[in-house]
Amino acid sequence: MIAFVIRRLIQAMIVMFVISLLSFSIQDNLGDPLRELVGQSVSEQERQELRDELGLNDPFLTQYLRFAGKALQGDLGTSYFFKEPALDVILKKLPATLELVFGATLIIVCLSVPLGVYSAINPRSLLSKTVMGLSIVGISIPVFLTAIMLIYLFAVELAWLPSYGRGETVPVYGSWETGFFTVDGLLHLLLPCVSLASIMLPLFIRLIRAEMMEVLESEYIKFAKAKGLPLKRIYFLHALKNTMLPVITVGGVQIGTMVAYTILTETVFQWPGMGFLFLEAVNRVDTPLIVAYLIVVGAIFVITNTLVDLIYGLVNPTVKLAGGKS
Amino acid sequence: MSSDVLAPAAAPSRWQRFKDSQLVHSFSRDKLAMVSFTIFVLYLLAALLAPLIAPYNPYDPSAIDIMDSEIPPAWQEEADERFALGTDAQGRDMLSTMLYGTRISLMIGICAVMLQMFLGVMIGLTAGYFGGRIDSFLMRLADIQLSFSTMMVAIVVLAVFQAAFGAELYADLAIFMLILVIGIAEWPQYARTVRASVLAEKHKEYVDAARVMGFKSSRIMWRHILPNTLSPILVISTVQVANAIISEASLSFLGLGMPVSQPSLGSLISSGFEYIFSGSWWITVIPGIVLVVLVLVMNLLGDWLRDVLNPKLYKG
Repeated sequence: MIAFVIRRLIQAMIVMFVISLLSFSIQDNLGDPLRELVGQSVSEQERQELRDELGLNDPFLTQYLRFAGKALQGDLGTSYFFKEPALDVILKKLPATLELVFGATLIIVCLSVPLGVYSAINPRSLLSKTVMGLSIVGISIPVFLTAIMLIYLFAVELAWLPSYGRGETVPVYGSWETGFFTVDGLLHLLLPCVSLASIMLPLFIRLIRAEMMEVLESEYIKFAKAKGLPLKRIYFLHALKNTMLPVITVGGVQIGTMVAYTILTETVFQWPGMGFLFLEAVNRVDTPLIVAYLIVVGAIFVITNTLVDLIYGLVNPTVKLAGGKS
Repeated sequence: MSSDVLAPAAAPSRWQRFKDSQLVHSFSRDKLAMVSFTIFVLYLLAALLAPLIAPYNPYDPSAIDIMDSEIPPAWQEEADERFALGTDAQGRDMLSTMLYGTRISLMIGICAVMLQMFLGVMIGLTAGYFGGRIDSFLMRLADIQLSFSTMMVAIVVLAVFQAAFGAELYADLAIFMLILVIGIAEWPQYARTVRASVLAEKHKEYVDAARVMGFKSSRIMWRHILPNTLSPILVISTVQVANAIISEASLSFLGLGMPVSQPSLGSLISSGFEYIFSGSWWITVIPGIVLVVLVLVMNLLGDWLRDVLNPKLYKG
């Protein structure tokens, strides 16, 4: 077990190392830090001296080590546009994005489990067929299109819900503000969360259904039925437990994926989160901010995946610990 | 995709065999599959023949009049009979622009999937056939690549290239960049599937026989094992093309894909988004429907193929 944990942690570190290497080479090649510092009026001679002084002429490895050392201390450079530490700028926007992911996850969990289980137990009922039909339609609609359609319907035509921004927020801790505790904030959250959920919900319904149907075919369920246990107990106690194991693994990985989709929803709803910030940074060629975003998002992916793997290794005794393959 | 793979059944005996196969048999009994396939073929034809059937050429600036902008489709008031589905904000005929857009979307989707397939099959075959260290290294790589979502990788790579090249040069290269990025980001899907099938096939007697006869590894891999992994490849290919088209549309929506002067379905939707608030819904909604129907049909075909070629998954 310890070997498995160590192996998994080493892998996480290697991946983070590669991400930092890639981020650094982006920083190295994109934009010119000197131009941001001194402007046009400085002579070529002085430029070269400044370059030497700043260490921009050092070999790649030296520069990378300096970058990595600073990054480990939480210093990812200063944003050209905001004139603030890039990491701070990103972290200030993180709550808005996490709120979106959390709201969407809530919708997904509340809907996918009952619908998936129901359509696995009653595969021939009308409701199951409708759910399965709708889920394949849902998979086929890109998330940004769902968002646009929701805006058109609820914000433009019916004018029930707001179409952009976070609305009224209340401070929770430091710069962490949330829209979960005000009516206005919740109304603003509704459409973005629904559109973000719309891309994952069908996947989860189908996954839970498929897993559950497989479990229902297994010997121990047949045995439980033969023993005369109440059906409800079999379905929700015995079957659901084994259904959720793979679902949780996939789910953990999908939370990372959702961070990617927040870029799309945030753009449509002009949600002031990390993804929106990243696209703005790209348009302004704000290199330190781009790099900081890459490292933060890379870390989110690596941490969630590592945690999911570790939890899966703990929960599922059949996983091959030595090879680390699930 | 299915038609491409199945069509070259030239010799009559093969055609007969194809006609009697389980695939065709279940196809002729499944109305949904037939409808989906018909619509898909119509899309393919529309995409191929776009320059011939489109009433206007949306790439020709001299044929576009800005005075014609934002004309609603024919069934609305204030419509213009020259433009059956209305015009977009630049005064381009929606029907023609969408025909060309479908052509670009489908082309990017199919080319990207061909790249995925090429990389995935090569890597999957190598990993599955040789096993050992090569296998575990390649599969770890696939795990890691899969743990970062395609969307994320594509957005980051394209955004960095756009910032590095500048928007104008990027617009010229967009189509190749999209194919490359979507193609490279999704190879693990194929690699895993192919590897799993290879592992199942590897120890069968016909492979041992081929080895005893002294054939080289490469020949056994390509000529003997690969043909037996084709049906899972076929199943994922339909879904992968659908996904690639969605990815392309999403990237174009973010302004990282096809430029407005040469729009795919995604960039058309994107260009109409700002006009939705002023009531010009058709610029967004009509290409949106075209896109969703295309992707839906491919997903339905993919589902049907999975049911037919791999029945124990669903009927179990």
